[in-house]
Amino acid sequence: MAVYNLKINGQTKQVDVDPATPILWVLREHLDMPGTKYGCGVAMCGACTVHLNGVAVRSCQLPVVAVGNKEITTIEGLSENGDHPVQKAWLEHDVAQCGYCQTGQIMTAAALLKANPHPTEAQIDTAMSGNVCRCGTYVRIREAIQSAAKQQ
Amino acid sequence: MENNTTNHSRRSFLKSSLLAGGGLMISFSGLAKFNFDGKTTVVNGSEEWSEVTGYIKITPDNLIKILNPNPEFGQNVMTSLPMIIAEELDVDWQKIMVEMGPHDNMKLGPQFTGGSNSVRMYWKPLREAGAAARNMLMQAAAQTWAVPVEEITTKAGTLYHEKSGKSGTYGAFASKASAIAIPKGVKLKDIRSFNTVRNSKKNVEGQKIVTGKPLFGMDHTQEGMLIAMIEHPHAFGMKLKSFDATETLKMPGIKDVFSMKLYEDGFEQAGFDTRTFNDLLVVVGNTTWEVMNARKKLKVIWEPIAERKETIAGFRGKNEVTIPAGLESTTTQLAKMTALAKQPAKQLRRDGDPETAFKNAAHILERTYTAPFLAHNCMEPMNFFAHVTEEKALLVGPHQAPGWIEPTVSKILNLPPDKIEIQMTRMGGGFGLRAYGHYVIEAALISKKVKAPIKLVYSREDDMTYGIYRPMYMATYRAALDANKNLIAFHVKGGGIPEHAVHPNRFPAGTVDNYLAEGWEIPSNITIGAFRAPGSNFNAASEQSFLDELAEFAGKDPIDFRLALLKRGKENPVGKNNEYDADRYAGVLNLVKEKSGWNAPENKKYSRGVAAYFCHNSYAAHVVDMVKKDGQPYVERVFSALDCGVVINPDAAINMVQGAVVDGIGNALYGGLTHKDGAAEQNNFNRYRMIRMKEAPKTIEVHFVENNIDPTGLGEPPFPPVFGAVANALHKNMGKRFYNQPFSKDFATK
Ligand code: FES
Ligand code: FES
Repeated sequence: MAVYNLKINGQTKQVDVDPATPILWVLREHLDMPGTKYGCGVAMCGACTVHLNGVAVRSCQLPVVAVGNKEITTIEGLSENGDHPVQKAWLEHDVAQCGYCQTGQIMTAAALLKANPHPTEAQIDTAMSGNVCRCGTYVRIREAIQSAAKQQ
Repeated sequence: MENNTTNHSRRSFLKSSLLAGGGLMISFSGLAKFNFDGKTTVVNGSEEWSEVTGYIKITPDNLIKILNPNPEFGQNVMTSLPMIIAEELDVDWQKIMVEMGPHDNMKLGPQFTGGSNSVRMYWKPLREAGAAARNMLMQAAAQTWAVPVEEITTKAGTLYHEKSGKSGTYGAFASKASAIAIPKGVKLKDIRSFNTVRNSKKNVEGQKIVTGKPLFGMDHTQEGMLIAMIEHPHAFGMKLKSFDATETLKMPGIKDVFSMKLYEDGFEQAGFDTRTFNDLLVVVGNTTWEVMNARKKLKVIWEPIAERKETIAGFRGKNEVTIPAGLESTTTQLAKMTALAKQPAKQLRRDGDPETAFKNAAHILERTYTAPFLAHNCMEPMNFFAHVTEEKALLVGPHQAPGWIEPTVSKILNLPPDKIEIQMTRMGGGFGLRAYGHYVIEAALISKKVKAPIKLVYSREDDMTYGIYRPMYMATYRAALDANKNLIAFHVKGGGIPEHAVHPNRFPAGTVDNYLAEGWEIPSNITIGAFRAPGSNFNAASEQSFLDELAEFAGKDPIDFRLALLKRGKENPVGKNNEYDADRYAGVLNLVKEKSGWNAPENKKYSRGVAAYFCHNSYAAHVVDMVKKDGQPYVERVFSALDCGVVINPDAAINMVQGAVVDGIGNALYGGLTHKDGAAEQNNFNRYRMIRMKEAPKTIEVHFVENNIDPTGLGEPPFPPVFGAVANALHKNMGKRFYNQPFSKDFATK
């Protein structure tokens, strides 16, 4: 066990956990932030996606010891009132079916648009193909990202 | 119009009661016949009806709350079912609140999600609940204003008496209305005058979903809650012999390691209780990560299970099943299937004289199709929260049919049903898997044993290797044609491990004079269960692919070929018990033909595949347009046509069909679970290939046949024919036929 001061969503949060604990579980079970989801634990589904210094990472593969001073953004902190352009586009296109994968999808999409505000369809496909949706909402996700890109 | 008034047989009731603070609450229990084979539609007055329930709550300050009765797993019931109530109640959709209802198996009926039944079974009862509530409010207003109730009108949550100019909100009359006797025979709205239903409404939980609110079972937590995980054998056919947990118990955060039985010997299982593994090796600790880690230190010895018998009391009666011993492998299973496919099988339907027709045929076409086990891979792995004490049990989590599991929980915990509270969370997918109860019962038993609130969590690996898969299938289709290449006989002989998928009374049965359907089965210790459109998801692949090849052989357009058969099936049907309506079946084919521009020259550049299917009371057809992308076949566009009667929430329905298309393409091309010596060869998404965005079509255009027929299912019907349409498009794209799923495994060998 070791104490870490993590910068999460603009706040400093202290946790006392095993250094190998993935940020996914730190968020979900130590900090009561369950918006980041567990889907596979092996970096193959994207349900656990958060931003590390603005870049999308799989939090199931990110041990707390590796975070250091970097800033973590989770779905809970993506916007003040759930009104990030990507979140708004998701509602406009009514993307979700079961919804379980969607916070991860949104975090990947938001990081994509930050790095590349006007991605081509192929760039969207490449960026999003690490996120699995068993409900098959990909067509709407793609449309929502295109809408969000226009709104920026 | 049929079914146009509220109807209460003596076993149905509507209850109203005063809420604390004086509002109206209507708890409605109508009776709708539900049949698990999915054949029967709503019938009035039958003694066999079972209860279904919804809730309306109104406060004096005119807050109107509608409670969704049915578990939500992505099919939109949380929005669509309340829309049905809102329609008849006549309220402004923008102003009402929607909440998940409580689970009350004894009083409130089935409350289950499966078989594409949610809307179908709740359609009439929820309309009645809304209409009755509206009528009571009208009566209350009429009494207060001393005017005839016939002169009262309503609009969006307000009551009006035009002559006197009086008006008041529902809330103002809610308290008084609650004292009024439940009206009978209240007229329901004319479907053509609907203004909420049939208009697209956004997902009521959309905002919560996009902001990551704790909606799912995995997110449930409680003070003092421990995490439990189960180490199950890594191969089917094995069980726990002994274990050494010394190292595990030394790991941080670990509280306990123990083994327990799921069911005691001789326990009679209900149809959905299920057990793949009966001896549970349980690790309990503070957090999921700690338990996951500590499991790696377990030293376990597994041993083979002998052949065993289980008694399962399912919906179709009591059944003793023999579960064979042995460690099965996909290669030996396939060899067994191939051998059994040549043996005599059980006759399921016969029309005319198929043997003679085949003997006299000028041409015979015979093809064999296979499909592997499929894992459900709900994005939220199985989990359930349980807090069991001597007196009561609280169970919280994602389940499609808590009411099916509750009696077993009651028996196993030795607690009466009224001491068991089940709360339904949103489900991160279900697809049939979450209709099964093992993980709920496991959670309850573990909590009882450790005397603490626990959440049972399956890792992805636990989830994928537990079984309850879509069965493994093989089917041989034969067609006899005369010298003019007219179809004179049709023969399907389907098999499966452990069950076949043949639906003997579905198309093309009824359209061919000589017809034979047969089935065979091979028992297995690999467990299976319902998977989105059970059976149909294989039939629509094999049969629709075979019909395509048959049409090609006969030199006919594949759509026209089917339409001609359907014409025969309508005008002069062969045999009895044909399950489908030939007109509605032809309707979706005609619609997809028109919308896809089937014969338009500009579409010639696509490798086009078509398929149609009827299941779960609805009709679906797709045209799949394939191209080559990076040298690989890629479905670029899809056109879909559906007939499911009245569509409650059109945009959500379109979303569901689009999802079914993507899911179908994914499973047809990539899905599959293989075994070696009883062990699954895929246990996570690094080995089990899921469809990803780059493989998803650019557009999926969805069209519904417009009619005023009572709604039927939509979650499953669009899924099966995708497989057939993909197979048929692949033939055009790759220049060869694909018979074995997943199709992508043969891409390299073109
Ligand atoms: S849980 Fe991290 S990628 Fe799947
Ligand atoms: S919406 Fe269900 S997994 Fe994506």
